[in-house]
Amino acid sequence: MPEALALALSLAGLAATLAAAIARPRWLPEAAVAVGAAAALVAVGAVTVSRAGQAVGHLAPTIGFLAALLLLADGCRRDGLFRALGDMMARGSRDSPRRLLALVFAVASGVTVTLGLDPTIVLLTPVVLATATRLRMSPEPDVYATVHLANSASLLLPISNLTNLLVFTASGLSFTGFAALMLLPTLAAITVEWAVLTRFFAAELGRPPGREAVPAAPHLPRLALAVLSATLAGFLVGSLFGVSPVWIAAAGATAITVPALVRRTVKAGDVLRAIQPSFLLFVLGLGVIVVAASDNGLAAAVRMVLPGGTSLPALLGIAAVSALLANLVNNLPAILIITPVAVASGPAAVLAALVGVNVGPNLTYVGSLATLLWRRLLRAEDTDVNLGEFTRLGAATVPAALAASTLLLWCGVKAGL
Amino acid sequence: MRALVWIVAETWQATVAAAAAFLPAGADVTLLHVRARDAETVARGARYALLGRSHRPTAEPLEVISEQSARQLLADAQAVLGRDAVLDARSGRIEHEVVAAAGTADLIVLARDQDYAHRGPRSLGPTARYVVDHAPCAVLLIWPDTPSG
Repeated sequence: MPEALALALSLAGLAATLAAAIARPRWLPEAAVAVGAAAALVAVGAVTVSRAGQAVGHLAPTIGFLAALLLLADGCRRDGLFRALGDMMARGSRDSPRRLLALVFAVASGVTVTLGLDPTIVLLTPVVLATATRLRMSPEPDVYATVHLANSASLLLPISNLTNLLVFTASGLSFTGFAALMLLPTLAAITVEWAVLTRFFAAELGRPPGREAVPAAPHLPRLALAVLSATLAGFLVGSLFGVSPVWIAAAGATAITVPALVRRTVKAGDVLRAIQPSFLLFVLGLGVIVVAASDNGLAAAVRMVLPGGTSLPALLGIAAVSALLANLVNNLPAILIITPVAVASGPAAVLAALVGVNVGPNLTYVGSLATLLWRRLLRAEDTDVNLGEFTRLGAATVPAALAASTLLLWCGVKAGL
Repeated sequence: MRALVWIVAETWQATVAAAAAFLPAGADVTLLHVRARDAETVARGARYALLGRSHRPTAEPLEVISEQSARQLLADAQAVLGRDAVLDARSGRIEHEVVAAAGTADLIVLARDQDYAHRGPRSLGPTARYVVDHAPCAVLLIWPDTPSG
């Protein structure tokens, strides 16, 4: 098959998969589209069976890792971790919206770093909304902060974002090596968010709340806290002895899931649903489609746009291009497309790409293609929503956070971290 | 006399106290709360951006959370007001909903909503200013705190 035709077919497959994932038609699961498109590309010869098999084999450990992390987060939810965090924030805020925001920053960053972006969005955001409204404070600063930090605090550990997980193996870094290089960039991104959000919402944060009831003392989710801290310690210690973090994550998932299964507080079906098999298949399918597109000319095109080397301007360029691509097509396909090219310049280039795809999405929120569709959906629901506020907040945080994080990444690389 | 008392989470106590002090005993009182959908929408949009993930809700729906706190707020306000009142919980663009609700009222009671610790034009934020400017009825505008200077 001519390369141009193969590339066109691969890009069509990618577009169909993204469209299905964004539009979410009830009758057509996005995993079916992703796997179907990947199979079709193999069938027509746009990608060879062995190359597709290689891509699947390369992604399989990451998918296993992801499944373990999803189970871990679900176990924490079952044990009441997120409820407890809500109560803790409510008590700790002591009637000050600014103190509540500081606690939301700490909790949202902590949850994102240790459990990943998904639990922050899916499980923590509703708790934050409930906490602020229960305290009779304006929930906007806290909800915006949670949503923003789910992206910008997700730089620190390989487990903090699926994008990190996808490049972790390719980067050749150890778990602690990754964390050491990403520590300063993460702190920089969080600092930028704090500086911008506290100014943006100065009026809301200055108002005393109209609260009456004192929230109850939080119930301590002992199992979740024990398993979570043991798993994190395991990642760090295991990294020193060369134990693959996949096994540590699997051990953590087992430790939090098996007791619940034995005590029958959770059904096997619920555990299976928590793993989200269709999501795992979606990522596998997407991986094969991107390999087909990359092999047939997309990688060459990216190579022309993406700066090479690890000088500061090159890293800033890589972060900017990655952020733009993430805003165009969403961060998952963006990192799959960029990694094979960036990896040639070494781990620093890969991490700069991660800074771009992780921090960048705060700019247009759901990716610009998705935003278009999303706005249409919102209009259909007849809601009157102020997207301008989110966009202004994104424009104020993203460029500064990208620049600061990339600069500190470069400093870390230069310092030999 | 039909009086509309627009309450906001942070300042509801002062607004309700003013309504209790100033409204005549025979007035028909409506307590109004409007919740902005911005926070929910941002949270929902962020979920939407998680490409390929399960769409099954694992937590309480966001609308339910803010709706429940709005109802609780209205119930608390009525208890403090200590008289019969119609409770009106709305959602949407706040200033538009309030002005629409004021269409059938003779008087609207509302609180300053920005820097109400100090007297001056900054004590009115864009939302309350819109309501004051567009309300088709008389307006009773209160200070939630005792302002300085």
